[in-house]
Amino acid sequence: MIFLDFEKPLLDLYDQIEKWQRIGKSKSLDVSDRITDIEHQIENTRKNIYKDLNGWQRVQLSRHPERPYTLFYLSQICDKFTELHGDRNFGDDKAIVGGFGSLDGETVMFIGHQKGSNSKTRQYRNFGMPNPEGYRKALRLMKLAEKFDKPIVCFIDTPGAYPGIEAEERGQAEAIARNLFEMSQLKVPILCIVIGEGASGGALGIGLGDKILMLENTWYSVISPESCSSILWRSWEFKEIAAEQLKLTAKDMTGFGIVDGIIEEPDGGAHHDPEKMAQFIKQRIIKELKELKKLDSEERIDLRIDKYANIGEYDFSE
Amino acid sequence: MTWLKRIRNGILTKTVEKQETPDGIWSQCPDCKKTVRKKELSSNAYLCPQCDHHLRIGSAEYFEILFDDNKFTEIFSGYRAKDILNFSDLKPYTTRLEQSKKKTDLEDAIFCGEGKINGEPLVCCCMDFSFIGGSMGSVVGEKISKSIDYCIEHKIPLMIISKSGGARMMEAAFSLMQMAKTASKLSLLARAKIPYISLMTDPTSGGVTASYAMLGDINIAEPKALVAFAGPRVVKETIKRELPEGFQTSEFLLEKGFLDKIVHRKELKQTISDFLSYFKN
Ligand SMILES: [Zn+2]
Repeated sequence: MIFLDFEKPLLDLYDQIEKWQRIGKSKSLDVSDRITDIEHQIENTRKNIYKDLNGWQRVQLSRHPERPYTLFYLSQICDKFTELHGDRNFGDDKAIVGGFGSLDGETVMFIGHQKGSNSKTRQYRNFGMPNPEGYRKALRLMKLAEKFDKPIVCFIDTPGAYPGIEAEERGQAEAIARNLFEMSQLKVPILCIVIGEGASGGALGIGLGDKILMLENTWYSVISPESCSSILWRSWEFKEIAAEQLKLTAKDMTGFGIVDGIIEEPDGGAHHDPEKMAQFIKQRIIKELKELKKLDSEERIDLRIDKYANIGEYDFSE
Repeated sequence: MTWLKRIRNGILTKTVEKQETPDGIWSQCPDCKKTVRKKELSSNAYLCPQCDHHLRIGSAEYFEILFDDNKFTEIFSGYRAKDILNFSDLKPYTTRLEQSKKKTDLEDAIFCGEGKINGEPLVCCCMDFSFIGGSMGSVVGEKISKSIDYCIEHKIPLMIISKSGGARMMEAAFSLMQMAKTASKLSLLARAKIPYISLMTDPTSGGVTASYAMLGDINIAEPKALVAFAGPRVVKETIKRELPEGFQTSEFLLEKGFLDKIVHRKELKQTISDFLSYFKN
């Protein structure tokens, strides 16, 4: 288990359990009452810590090394999933995955950012930072879904689109812009769920849809708190303040009407009970897709574009 | 529709004087460093007479270059940025806004005008870099969206001149969503078969490049402009080595296939006029 700094009280309690187990063993004592008691304390402490997390704490949780990623969720929520590869033009980006899956008896096109879970796979997935061919693969798969009238579900979890030389050469900006343009007009339902980090254009590049949801401990903004700190405060030291200022939590984002809903996480975060988290997500997808399918495609496209047209805060006076 | 018309014409040389050297008569070319008389600049499409460098100019100067007799009607004025997040970094956002307004005489980082180019109607939305680095916030997104609606309603071609450091961080997610807002509106413009010309000027970067700037029916840029998604500093920090010569310039983008043409400022008006005539039935 990996503990974050604000989970220190939990770490202490787990240490106590270990201590009692050792004592019990060496002195052949029955310490089970003691341990049950501490386990209760752990549950309560966890509930208390997780009751009211601030922006920076949620940013940390969204990046928790044990947090589940797209392919894990797909393995849990689909009866069957077949990954499809390549943009048919340049290559196969490993930071975005996609393919047909069957969910509750229906075919759905799933697309998502993918991170790695150890140092080798993290490299392989480029830390979840797509190159242009990732966005182009995503668009190819979305068009495929549209052709066969299948809904699209996107899982968002990226620290950003990759800012490398080749990414610029191959048109990172064009790839993202094209996806926004095309996704606006797709005839099938699009549901987007932020499952981890929602950083800027790299997240939005597969994030334009009819409904946008966020898991409870995720963030979505125009820039990461660290980069924001470095640009606006000219120092890396203000990331926590930047996280507060950016108002990037699921609660903030639904409050602004930019995001349509929150999917609750188990106490202790998604990584604490990934299977349960997957079930929460599955149930919500089924429910939302059922709603979206009630509209005809023209209506859905109009509502989708109107939704974005209404996002913006300004004063107007002549 | 809630929009306001205001006739302006040839009044904006004032702004140029404010931005340049304090004495107001001379200006230094940032490229060849030679000193130039300002009067010479305005009659030379704001190009350095010594080295042809395309100086950074604002909406007033572009409109002067583009519109017949510098006559145009401002559309969608009166929109002002709002500090919805109560954002404060080293300076409160409200202070930044106040200071920018004072310095530039502008309402925000974009100015939208309707006028004629060689007799043909055009709506042009032009970004102003002098206003908080040409950053895109709610006002920029709203004015572009409204202009697109206007173009669809009146069947007038659209041109957007981009010049921007990217998103306006002080508007956080609202700023990010302007990418989706403008791109989805452009999909409606495309469906209505109204031409859209995108001109990228120095610098065009971040969320602006990754939305409307790259979505023209025609994508053009001024010579030697920086056009990027991630800025050169960020790319350099990521890859930890020097960037190749000419990386992220217009010439580089043309070579990589993302531009239709690089257009010299003196040929800009004629080029736009030609495109408009090709699109005509
Ligand atoms: Zn010069």
